[in-house]
Amino acid sequence: MKVSKEDMENVAQLSRLTIADDEAGMYTEQLSHFLDYVENLKSVDTDGVEPTTYALPIENVFRDDEVKASLPRKAALQNAPEEEDGYFKVPRVLEE
Amino acid sequence: MKLYDKPAHVLHEMLAKKEISSVELTNDVFSRLDDVEGDVGAYLLTTREDAMKNAEAVDKKVAAGEEIPFLAGIPGAIKDNICTNGVKTTCASKILENFVPPYDATVMTKLKKNNTVVVGKTNLDEFAMGGSTENSAYHVTHNPWNTDCVPGGSSGGSAAAVASGSAIWALGSDTGGSIRQPASFCGVVGMKPTYGRVSRYGLVAYASSLDQIGPIARDVTDCANILNVIAGHDDMDSTSSAAAVPDYTKSLVENVKGLKIGLPKEYFIDGIDEDVEKAIRTAIDDLKNMGAEVVDISLPHTPYAISTYYLIAPAEAATNLERYDGVSYGERVSGIDVVEMMKNTRTQKFGTEVKRRIMIGNYALSAGYYDAYYLKALKVRTLIQKDYTEAFKTVDVIACPTAPTPAYKIGAMINDPLKMYLQDICTVPINLAGLPGISLPCGFSEKGMPIGLQIIGKPLDEETVIRAAFSYESTHSFAGKIANMGGKDA
Amino acid sequence: MKYEAVIGLEIHSELKTKTKIFCGCATGFGAEQNTHVCPVCLGLPGVLPVVNRRVVEFAIKAGLATNCTINKYSKFDRKNYYYPDLPKNFQTSQYDLPIAEHGYVDIDVDGEKKRIRLTRIHMEEDAGKLVHSGATIKDSASSNVDYNRTGVPLLEIVSEPDMRTAEEARAYMEKIKSILEYIDVSNCRMEQGNLRADVNVSLRPVGQKELGTRTEMKNINSFKSLVEAIDYEIERQTEVLEDGGHIIQETRTFDAAKGITLSMRSKEEAQDYRYMPEPDLPPIITTDEEIEAYRKGLPELPDARRERLETKLGLSSYDAGIITSSRAMADYFDDVLATGADAKLIANWMMGDLAKNLNAEGKTIEYSPIEAKRLGDMINLITKGTISSKIAKDVFAEMWKSKDAPEKIVKDKGLVQITDTNELDSVLDEVITANPKPVADFKSGNKKAIGALVGQVMKKTHGKANPKLVNEMLQKKLS
Repeated sequence: MKVSKEDMENVAQLSRLTIADDEAGMYTEQLSHFLDYVENLKSVDTDGVEPTTYALPIENVFRDDEVKASLPRKAALQNAPEEEDGYFKVPRVLEE
Repeated sequence: MKLYDKPAHVLHEMLAKKEISSVELTNDVFSRLDDVEGDVGAYLLTTREDAMKNAEAVDKKVAAGEEIPFLAGIPGAIKDNICTNGVKTTCASKILENFVPPYDATVMTKLKKNNTVVVGKTNLDEFAMGGSTENSAYHVTHNPWNTDCVPGGSSGGSAAAVASGSAIWALGSDTGGSIRQPASFCGVVGMKPTYGRVSRYGLVAYASSLDQIGPIARDVTDCANILNVIAGHDDMDSTSSAAAVPDYTKSLVENVKGLKIGLPKEYFIDGIDEDVEKAIRTAIDDLKNMGAEVVDISLPHTPYAISTYYLIAPAEAATNLERYDGVSYGERVSGIDVVEMMKNTRTQKFGTEVKRRIMIGNYALSAGYYDAYYLKALKVRTLIQKDYTEAFKTVDVIACPTAPTPAYKIGAMINDPLKMYLQDICTVPINLAGLPGISLPCGFSEKGMPIGLQIIGKPLDEETVIRAAFSYESTHSFAGKIANMGGKDA
Repeated sequence: MKYEAVIGLEIHSELKTKTKIFCGCATGFGAEQNTHVCPVCLGLPGVLPVVNRRVVEFAIKAGLATNCTINKYSKFDRKNYYYPDLPKNFQTSQYDLPIAEHGYVDIDVDGEKKRIRLTRIHMEEDAGKLVHSGATIKDSASSNVDYNRTGVPLLEIVSEPDMRTAEEARAYMEKIKSILEYIDVSNCRMEQGNLRADVNVSLRPVGQKELGTRTEMKNINSFKSLVEAIDYEIERQTEVLEDGGHIIQETRTFDAAKGITLSMRSKEEAQDYRYMPEPDLPPIITTDEEIEAYRKGLPELPDARRERLETKLGLSSYDAGIITSSRAMADYFDDVLATGADAKLIANWMMGDLAKNLNAEGKTIEYSPIEAKRLGDMINLITKGTISSKIAKDVFAEMWKSKDAPEKIVKDKGLVQITDTNELDSVLDEVITANPKPVADFKSGNKKAIGALVGQVMKKTHGKANPKLVNEMLQKKLS
């Protein structure tokens, strides 16, 4: 299946990635090639088949509502690219 | 005395009997590392100082007459997608180049309780996406048996370290074969336990419903012992199994009499390497001669496993990797606003294969394509699981190749992602079904590269897998070999 | 053309658990920035969520209290969107199998009962908070992120578009608030953001079935704003339609200071959230037995309580409605009632002096200086005739200031009602002598003139005389 330019742009947007012009061809071709390959799934009859999300049949796993120690703020911020007054600092946010 | 070439269970005995000290052993492993690491490149980071400190602590315990646990004082390596408190964990990605976790993965907590000695963090395909370790953002790891070849992946660094003697044992992670395939390529033993057997807490997620941590070691005995240390339910991992953990060393018995071994015809595909097919068929004949019953079986949905895996794993990866955005940790590339900053960071700091899989995943999850791709794959996954459930009604284990070929040349496939994906045919179905599997050496190709036999078991039945593997291993001489490394093995 | 508004609400309610939904960090409000965070809620590489059992319990209770069906198989999903207050860039929420579905609540507007249907209730995690460097988000060069709120458990309660006026929307949200308070799952402090709503408004010509294009106002956090935003939006949309224009489907923000809604985004791109099942969280299976046990454990809900106050205790529908609108008020009422006090008097005092004093000091009833027990004791003093209703007002004022029991105040201040006829006799004589005019008026047939005389007696006794007794004695003396 040939992936359209719009689809490629949309998928880059959903991925928060910028595709440079000189890479667009490669990514589009590889994705098209891949989609051609996975076409083989269409021949599998899955009528009435439940999807599998979990590898093992586990259910109802809960924890008690008990407070555990949080990280010291210094540790929480130790990997921050930028911090200010105990906050993580980010460049301007345009949309709410 | 050369120590780095011995398996952990031998070294453990020597330590316990005070024939050697952990400091002596650790020094020997690091000196081997100094000899071979330049050619192999198994590590992203070594932690020599900490290792020596921990070795001294173990020696003190032994001197004080304390009994030491199995892994105490024995140098091992940790795949760099397992979080280590205070020690950089990069996932071989530029986006986590300076990331220092403020917490330990549950397996690390368990290892620390066992006074283990960590040599360092090993190389991998970026975020465990790949089968050759060529996708590391830092360097390529070379196969110790032939440094022109790949070590396999994504746990290529861990397998190469164990195979070259720069670690006695290692931890890897396996999402679609990432422990078993490099073990096969490097001539060591690698085991992927049942999904949920080992806690994933602290394992940087690639595909959450498929990921599993496991041991890479010199032999089956070491694997069983390491699994004893790391297996078990964890309150921090909701998907970890609550099932009781048996003592796996009890399964180290040489007995396959009456064991029913399934031989799936779909795994001997067109294009399988002749040497590999020969080695596997010979191994299976040997097991038969030892008293096992070999049964031809069919796993009819195997041809769809690659499609299924490469839709599900990238879809989960796409959401798991959304968090790398330059906001609260990891590298940041600036931008005029927060959206641009996130885009620039991800575009410049993720490698090509990671971006490719993120985009495949988002394509499969996006409006209009979800049902045709992602949902369809989840349903076919059900059918693949059923194939195994059916097969295990008649057999105890399934035997097949770990990979269709021995290790190939570096660069041979890197530009053809789909061709690379197709190499995973023997391993991904096992992850889709959540089963335990082991790869152990069963011979060499004509060119002298190791070949791995894969043995697959029922869910949570690592014991039978270990018994079958141990029985094969103890009657053959392929295990425990260290790559000669062009005479460096002086 | 006449238009009809169609209104739907998505209410977000923070649950009053001790810890977050997926980790053991405390949920407390007002902590210093980034001190209630851990690897899990910061979304660090490698972490995994584990569901807080109490969140599921609270969600099931809320579902049952709003007449929902509890899904016996429920699961979590990832809702993917990028925002700096969302560490993982996906919100762990529920998509196709929420914990509860298909419920309803009844509301009362101007004496008319109306049923509002609930589409669903689901569990999810709250996001962090952004602090902007400038006055508004748009003129800030940078923003700071605090992740304390990240992972605080939320219920999202989604209504069908069954409301037609701002008052109905208000009554609906008040009902949801009171139910959540009754079942004790949320503090519902709107000023702290415990309870907030996204409001959808559209118009359609009266009689038309199809819905018009809707706009959404996000994060409305007071009843006043809710009403103003809806009214403004109805007016705005009416004008647009009457001018022959079209409503653009968009998210609008409500400016509470100006009382207007403003377009937030010039172009509304449909967000593709790429929902997928959360592989890190096993499904939640609930049995019929468990559901029944939860149902049995529910407290008396607002509608039932109001019914009891009206039919069993004889309160007016209005009084019963107000008293049961909040659990705190209703509990206070029941606590006063437990002292044996008269129900109607309790209602009068609660809606009168108590409400007035609480309002004046900006206090809620949980923090009333006069506890239920003391108010009950005071009302009992009135009923027994120990004090008059008038004196009771002074006793009440004194109780507001001190911790003393009403009996002690009455005794210390000598406020006991004078019921001794001998003691009153001389006062009456003085008053009769000093007020010839009303006396004459009364004698010439103006029976109302006696009121002035009673007033004088009350004044002279500082209100301590029993007015009924004084009246009787005066009648006797003057006739």
